[in-house]
Amino acid sequence: MGIFDFYLLETIINGVLFGGVLALLALGLNLVFGVIDVIWIAYAEIVMVGMYIIYYLNVVLGWPLVFAALASILGVGVVGLLVHALIISPLLDTPPINQLLATGGLLFFLQSFATLIFGAEFRNLGLSMPILQFFELYISFSRLLAFGTALVGMIALYLFLTRTYIGTAIRAVAQDREIMSLMGVNTRKVYLITSAVGGGMAGLAAILLVLQQDVHPFIGYTFGPITFMICVMGGLGNLLGGFLAAFIMSQIISIGSFYVSTELAYVIAFILFIAVMFIRPEGLFQRRA
Amino acid sequence: MLLVDSVSKSFGGFLAVNQVSFEVKQGEILGLIGPNGSGKSTLFNLISGTYKPTGGTVRFEQRDITNLPPDRICHLGIARTFQIPRPFKKLSLLENVVLSAYFGDDALRSEAEARRRAEQALETVGLPTDAGVSVQSLGAAGLKKLELARALSTQPRLLLADESLGGLDHQEMEQAADMLHRIRSDLGITIVWVEHIMGVLMKVVDRVLVLDYGEKIAEGLPQAVATDPKVIEVYLGDQIALA
Repeated sequence: MGIFDFYLLETIINGVLFGGVLALLALGLNLVFGVIDVIWIAYAEIVMVGMYIIYYLNVVLGWPLVFAALASILGVGVVGLLVHALIISPLLDTPPINQLLATGGLLFFLQSFATLIFGAEFRNLGLSMPILQFFELYISFSRLLAFGTALVGMIALYLFLTRTYIGTAIRAVAQDREIMSLMGVNTRKVYLITSAVGGGMAGLAAILLVLQQDVHPFIGYTFGPITFMICVMGGLGNLLGGFLAAFIMSQIISIGSFYVSTELAYVIAFILFIAVMFIRPEGLFQRRA
Repeated sequence: MLLVDSVSKSFGGFLAVNQVSFEVKQGEILGLIGPNGSGKSTLFNLISGTYKPTGGTVRFEQRDITNLPPDRICHLGIARTFQIPRPFKKLSLLENVVLSAYFGDDALRSEAEARRRAEQALETVGLPTDAGVSVQSLGAAGLKKLELARALSTQPRLLLADESLGGLDHQEMEQAADMLHRIRSDLGITIVWVEHIMGVLMKVVDRVLVLDYGEKIAEGLPQAVATDPKVIEVYLGDQIALA
């Protein structure tokens, strides 16, 4: 009985750690949607770009991991900026379906581009991260690191949005873009900054993912759907809602995997998602920017 | 100061503003009246840059602003308020105004100065300047004042005030009219004032412009416009508006 409880506790802790990464993934997508009202369908593939950046700089060019990681945040930030400037901005005043289709096209472009450059092989950093032991609990160091980094990233974003003028302007634009532009705020600039910050969040998430799993051109399919589900469940554009929904989903998957199987755990999570959509189509939590 | 030259705006087949021309002179209060849907708010949106005209030009202090984005027009010195107040409900009263003070002047880099301007604007309209006051605590009259304070905090030279008296009782209306008068005389801000209720407006404005179905039907001194047969026809049966 005692041993059994330890396993369950370990499962719950792992669920929390996994939730941190999911929450970070949801954050970038939610920020962009909340402010610009645009959904980056290729979001998971944009994260993949960051994973390849780290792989290339660290493994191929031999950069220290820390610099490669910082390059991922900056590089994907620039990708976010370009996505807005080149794809979203020209389509901003057209019906939303156009933005979905255009970023959907970007998804296939990035997948094919990655295949062209790196091939379809699975790539990894060749790191073996230690497993930490606390009494009888075994916790993966990479997951703990990922969780800690996710937390720091989220706090930094929170402070940026609440303590700086440009952050406050971003929140205000999310509430009423027309007024902000009449108050002298250049909304085009706010959108570019938001897209760059959203990209930076994706670049941060890429660091955490590449520490734990191999990167390949179709990696986006493994975490893309669950990221979108979390955002929708928490109320699309609601940063706090997405954050909470990430932990709900990660616990369901973690505990479900423990009692039944990983596959069935995802089935349960998806069923719950569908149920939530029927009961509260606007998401579990009221929208807030 | 402001020169609107045969400006038109159509939405699909609907002509909301049709070849309207007028001038606003430095230091005056120009009244803009007309029935619901006559194009008053659309005209404001065309001047402030929210809409782009389908024809004509808008000049502000000799400068063509017809195709400038709203934030540039704000920086040049034009501010507007909305008929229905649109505050940022999740920010405090002071934050609302500090934000517009900070971004409303593109040369401004000091946060302390933005705060000072915000407090000054709040004092001008008679709202509290304490950091803790929430927007939710304001009533209809308070929210209208906030609209005005936000506009003033951007340090405009021209203020476009959109139906600032709707939803107020008679005493509040008199106070608000008095405030617009003071904004002009104390701060030297030129004002275009859109209003349904002609009575209060007529006492304060220097000149009046009347719109109907998107066209200018009269322009001139309040007394002359009030006795213009075309204006009386437009407002016929609308005794409340004339009162």
